[in-house]
Amino acid sequence: MPPSIALRMNHALPPEYRERLLRVGREATFAQGARLFEEGGHANRFWIVRSGTVALDMHVPGRRPPVVETLGIGDLVGWSWLYEPFVWQLGAVAVTPLQAYELDAVAVRLMCLDDPGFGRAVEHWVGRVLAHRLNAARARLVDLYGIYETKEER
Amino acid sequence: MTAVPVPHRVVARRPETADTVTLRFEPVGRALPDFLPGQFAMVHSFGRGEIPVSVSSVQATGGLAHTVRSVGAVSEGLCAARVGDVVGIRGPYGTSWRAEQARGRDVVIVAGGIGFAPLRPLILGVLAEPAAHGQVNVLIGARTPSDLIARAEVASWATAFTGVTVDQPEPDWRGDVGVVTQLLGRARFEPETTTAFVCGPEPMIRATARELAHRGVPREHIQVSLERNMRCATGHCGHCQLGGLLVCRAGPVVDWASAEPLLSVREL
Repeated sequence: MPPSIALRMNHALPPEYRERLLRVGREATFAQGARLFEEGGHANRFWIVRSGTVALDMHVPGRRPPVVETLGIGDLVGWSWLYEPFVWQLGAVAVTPLQAYELDAVAVRLMCLDDPGFGRAVEHWVGRVLAHRLNAARARLVDLYGIYETKEER
Repeated sequence: MTAVPVPHRVVARRPETADTVTLRFEPVGRALPDFLPGQFAMVHSFGRGEIPVSVSSVQATGGLAHTVRSVGAVSEGLCAARVGDVVGIRGPYGTSWRAEQARGRDVVIVAGGIGFAPLRPLILGVLAEPAAHGQVNVLIGARTPSDLIARAEVASWATAFTGVTVDQPEPDWRGDVGVVTQLLGRARFEPETTTAFVCGPEPMIRATARELAHRGVPREHIQVSLERNMRCATGHCGHCQLGGLLVCRAGPVVDWASAEPLLSVREL
């Protein structure tokens, strides 16, 4: 399975767990420019994008928040809800009109405690998403388009 | 093909970004054979030396042009060339994009950084024959929005999906931010009947080709353009050797089935 597809809930969770998860969710829409959450806020929800684009941004005093990454269809928006202290590490804003499944993080955490098998599956899924984003961030740190793009002598 | 640089005059110069220009050439005397998209030339800046540069436009469609990024002594000299200046060009060298392989199939073209330039004539060729192809997708990654080449032209292309993403956004950027492979999720193609073309830094090529192969695009239908240290460009000096492959002659365009084992070897 392609690495990026394997991260999607539809593929990462068995159907039974997926259905249980979606039972505590609802469909949500956001207008272009609407903010899903603020950095530092309480992480009590998370989303799976159905259509549109979300930008993750970072608070920088005195500046418009720089965008760190954008997320699209099928992507998980938010992971801070799963790990203490349940505080958003970044902000998120809808770049385009957005449709998403919105899930109640408190309910999902309780379900994880109640059923260790379900909990392991959810933690494994979110952990893989985190690892993928960490790797992507590291690839960008290397500045591939800069130093690796030439073999010409200076 | 010639082993001696043939004088060519710069007839047009278009700055693409702060450090990249596209130079259009006409022969001063005799002309070189026609280049094909994907092939490269050795371009000689007099008094500085010569470097390999892929063609960003070919004689058959708009005239011979090279897009050069200033990263070293020779490319700096080429970027500084003005209309009327003369440079030496020898070629064509290497393999071309096998555009005919994509006929009747969906097309995914993935460009990273200056890797956009060698793909441009291929893209124009594919878009010129919409009936001959399925859904055409163009995915572009760059370091910053300011490093994007031909933004207006890209926006005008009639594709099933055109995606542009950058590593480091600037304040006015409203597009995607992240690695170019993330755009594949939005591209419209049936993997089994898709032909892909990938050009950019080798780590980006590797990540993209792997993702495409994982999705089900046949490895022999993933064409990649490799960059190595071409010197003679005729397969004699060995500078561009990659395993058993002399990239200047067997490449730069090879299929992923051939390239994957080579790009997985450390320090090769």
